[in-house]
Amino acid sequence: MSALLVVAVGVPLIGAVLVWAWQHKAFAHWIGVAAAALGLAAAAVLPLGRADGTRMLDSGRFTSGWWHEFDAAWAPSLHLDFSLAVDGVSWPLILLTALLGLLCCVHNAAVIERGKTAPQPREATATATATATATATAEHHTSAPLQVPAATVETGGPFPAADQARGVPAASGRLHPGRFDPGTARPSPTLTSLLLAVQAASTLVFLSDNLILFFIAFEAVLLPMWAIIHRYGDPAARRHAAAKFALFTVAGSLLMATGLFVAVADAGTADLGAIITAGGVSDDVSLLVFTLLATGFAVKAPLWPLHSWLPDAHTAAPTVGSVLLAGVLLKLGTYGLIRVAGGLAPDGAADAAPVLAVLAALGIIVAGLVCLGLPEIKRLIAYSSVGHMGFVVLAFAAGTEAGVRAALFGNLAHGLVTPLLFFLAGALKSRTHTGRLAELGGLRLAAPMLAGLFGFAALASLGLPGLAGFWGEAFTVYAAAERGGAWLALAAVAAFGAFLAAAYLLRMLKRVSHGPVAPAIAGIGDASAAEIAVWSPLVAGTLLLGLMPGPLLALFAEGLL
Amino acid sequence: MTLTLLLVACPALAGLAGLLIRDRRPARYVAVAAPALTLGLAAACAVANPKGDFVLADFGTIRVAAALDLSPTAATVALAAVFVTFLVQLYSVAYLRDDPRYAAFGAQVNLFCAAMLLVVAADDLVLLLIGWEVMGACSYLLIAHYAKLPEAPGAAAKAFLVTRFGDVAFVLGVMWIGASAGTFRLSEIQDPPAGAGAAMLLILFGCIGKSAQFPLQIWLPPAMAGPTPVSALIHAATMVAAGAYVLTRLLPLWPTELLLVVALVAAVTMIGAGLCALAARDLKGVLAWSTVSQVGFMFAGVAVAAGDAALFHLVSHAAFKGLLFLTAGVVIALAGTDGSLRATRLRPGDSPLAFWAMTIGLASMAGLPPLGGFYSKETVLGAAYEAGTPAGVIVFWAGVGASILTAAYAARLWLLLFWRGRGAIERAAVPWAESFSLWALTAATVGVGMLYYAGPFAVPELHWDLMALLLLATLGGFAVVGDSWWRDRPRSGTRVTDRDPARILGRSRPAFAEGLYAERLAAKATRAMARAAGAGARALDERLVDRTVVEGSARATVAAGRETVAGHRGGLVRYLRLSAAGTLVVAAVAIGVSLWS
Repeated sequence: MSALLVVAVGVPLIGAVLVWAWQHKAFAHWIGVAAAALGLAAAAVLPLGRADGTRMLDSGRFTSGWWHEFDAAWAPSLHLDFSLAVDGVSWPLILLTALLGLLCCVHNAAVIERGKTAPQPREATATATATATATATAEHHTSAPLQVPAATVETGGPFPAADQARGVPAASGRLHPGRFDPGTARPSPTLTSLLLAVQAASTLVFLSDNLILFFIAFEAVLLPMWAIIHRYGDPAARRHAAAKFALFTVAGSLLMATGLFVAVADAGTADLGAIITAGGVSDDVSLLVFTLLATGFAVKAPLWPLHSWLPDAHTAAPTVGSVLLAGVLLKLGTYGLIRVAGGLAPDGAADAAPVLAVLAALGIIVAGLVCLGLPEIKRLIAYSSVGHMGFVVLAFAAGTEAGVRAALFGNLAHGLVTPLLFFLAGALKSRTHTGRLAELGGLRLAAPMLAGLFGFAALASLGLPGLAGFWGEAFTVYAAAERGGAWLALAAVAAFGAFLAAAYLLRMLKRVSHGPVAPAIAGIGDASAAEIAVWSPLVAGTLLLGLMPGPLLALFAEGLL
Repeated sequence: MTLTLLLVACPALAGLAGLLIRDRRPARYVAVAAPALTLGLAAACAVANPKGDFVLADFGTIRVAAALDLSPTAATVALAAVFVTFLVQLYSVAYLRDDPRYAAFGAQVNLFCAAMLLVVAADDLVLLLIGWEVMGACSYLLIAHYAKLPEAPGAAAKAFLVTRFGDVAFVLGVMWIGASAGTFRLSEIQDPPAGAGAAMLLILFGCIGKSAQFPLQIWLPPAMAGPTPVSALIHAATMVAAGAYVLTRLLPLWPTELLLVVALVAAVTMIGAGLCALAARDLKGVLAWSTVSQVGFMFAGVAVAAGDAALFHLVSHAAFKGLLFLTAGVVIALAGTDGSLRATRLRPGDSPLAFWAMTIGLASMAGLPPLGGFYSKETVLGAAYEAGTPAGVIVFWAGVGASILTAAYAARLWLLLFWRGRGAIERAAVPWAESFSLWALTAATVGVGMLYYAGPFAVPELHWDLMALLLLATLGGFAVVGDSWWRDRPRSGTRVTDRDPARILGRSRPAFAEGLYAERLAAKATRAMARAAGAGARALDERLVDRTVVEGSARATVAAGRETVAGHRGGLVRYLRLSAAGTLVVAAVAIGVSLWS
């Protein structure tokens, strides 16, 4: 079974290469779908024949506790081994990654992004020139976008480029202009290839049992994601957002790398499981290691105030990019924080917990308040992620058993609910060509099914009991209350944050679904069968986790933390 | 266990399945059949009183169990809730016969019922919380039902947000109790755990929100924007009553001295809402305020630690308030108005069914024997009378005052609706589904008093002196309204244009009609606060963190790079100068350091 670990990483990677190689073929999209489906299958069967989860330290080496292990020497002098392992904490995240990867690939392949009217001719020319210049100048301008004044979409001002927001049809559109039909615009297979690359690298992050490998995989996620945003994002803001995303996360990763190297030097091994089982690094570097690692992961998670790349990146990214950003990339940060930072330096984590907790609570409140006034739907959803991740970090910081499980659960729930919201927002924006709340309204009259799903996703996101979001957030409050004393105030803040979430999500629903039909909404089509097929696994997962949280929590219980 | 699980699962599954149905005919069958089946299950539960549990979620130090426990009293409340739901569903088939969104409506009502049953049956606080909040969400969906009504979305959001605001405290209280007791199981928490007082006050705040008691009563009157059957559902046996029900479940945990807080809330609400009901300008408004006031009676029962008396009033209130709302829907449809009291008028003969249903419902609410409301109100006040605590004294006298008010607003409504002569008649006949519901609820209203003699409730004996006092209070209320009505009778010469007994409130009448402006003030204050806090947060987050620090650092880096480039762009002379200066600095530093050491 341990070979399956390699398959889970390898299949999406091979798929990415194949799609890239055959990007001009008509079936390129479906290769991507097949690869993603295989990856999902490989991830799904991982629990079969798993070890029973008991931990043993056998002559300094961690032997069991993982479900499966795969070990191959790579560069031993650098402490770098290609060692993969999976357990109850990482497996749900791997499954989530594979599922979202598949859904995104299917979305690219099957969902035709429809507008209600034929696109204006200037769009085709604009996109064609944009692609030409983008690729030509990409190398010279990687840092230049920071000097470009902030795009209008972020300031919430008018959004002139909204009607071009469906991403640039890249190479295929440019090389074969005759084959590109803007009426049935379908994203380029290159996007699928990049998605698969993100999926492969993220899976490797969750699987790696070696700290150096972890770092390499962590960085490897960045490149394809940068390309997705930079190339296929909303033309008004994508370059700025992509550069900000890349630079911000690289800066965090470097701190994280320093922390990892300190830990490796101190422990004398880069075997993650072994260090965790040995109780982490020695006391005198514990706080240092935790601070460095946590800062790096806090950028990715993101933890307030290191979050400001996120709203820009999510807003500018194409729909599938936002989905992967929210569903997978943020999970890298929280997974790293809980498993790696918390596992390597448990003492440091305990010392730094109050700081983390206060920042997380601040993040919950600030994000909630900011969301109350945001005029754009994707940006609102993006900011809500900051709040949700605040819950996860707060629960982790509380440090109790219930807290850690709540953090892991909330993490996963967010990975189902927010991607669903992004899919829906993407569907809405591709139909109406606007994401501004002021220009929307009456969706439940025009497209009842889409509106119903929006309502469902919003209720799930605000933590309605019976749906996935509830358990993580309610037990964050519990974990904080369990600590007693000043933590009670943080519990109150978290509970109030859930109220703010209800307020801003209902505001969103009121503007989008209710009221008279807005001109932008009039005449749009309801959800198509392909869209329903893409969304329904997320809906089902949200319901399932909400009604039956037990099995997942049991998995977390036997995980290695 | 299976039985209780089925009791909750039956309407829940029907609701979820109903959300997927788009066709009207199957939706109708599912909508009505599920509560009918559940009614049977609830009856079986009332006999068997099942209990059972399994672990739903294990958080290591604490578990959430799917623990359901239907004690006889709980089963009675469940029966009342399902009974009202069933009749509401039946009524809605006719009431919403032309509504394009009926299918979703029926499904949501069933979900609502399932949530209420979960609250009633739950023995685990977190499980209770699930039902509690799902109910809030369903109320949001149902109140927003009419797509064409401009105020509906706002009213729905207000209902959800106000109750959710209370839930902030509720969740905190539940978690606090769980953390200090080590379990969420109500049956396992024997003694009040440490910090129970504060936690119970938090939970009380949540119940105040759900039950629309003072000071969170603001969401209920606007919630009338929902269809009338929804109002019946929310007011009669579910949401609004759920707050009182939960308080009775948690009575063993209350520190006795803190019950005074409940008493104060109940007293203020009973009197204040009664005055508002007396002044309200439309039919459903009167009923809404009367609900707030009547739930105050239930809180009064809790305040004197007489949980069963409160539940008895809950059940009898479910019968008469369900009847009143459903009849109000019929009356408004018959009169063809928007429900404002100025325009809505019928003659008793226009629809004898509506007339008698309304009369019996109002009489029960006012507490006339031998109807259900008489017994239940009597037991609540009897318990307060016997309690002998400060809380008992407060709620007793507030209850007597509220009884006068109840009689007054019930009489006013009755006179205004039926004794002002003929209005325009829009519709002649009442559809059979609607009239069946009215008949059934009328029978329930008349018969619910029997629970006093043969019910599961442990209630105090009737006191003759109390009964006399209460009847006197009721008659006093009738007399005041009747006097005003008589004086304003149409006479030749002095014709009173506005013949409305609410005139007895004098100048304060407009204020009470507007609910003492609490809603408007709260809305304005909340909006202003939200705007200020949102602007502050955005300034902090977008301007300070993002623009200044993050992008500022990027700008600073680019600028520094540019400066460095500029520094390297000089001629030979500049390089020479710079190197000379550099050498000098290095030399000076070296000399300084060597001298120092």
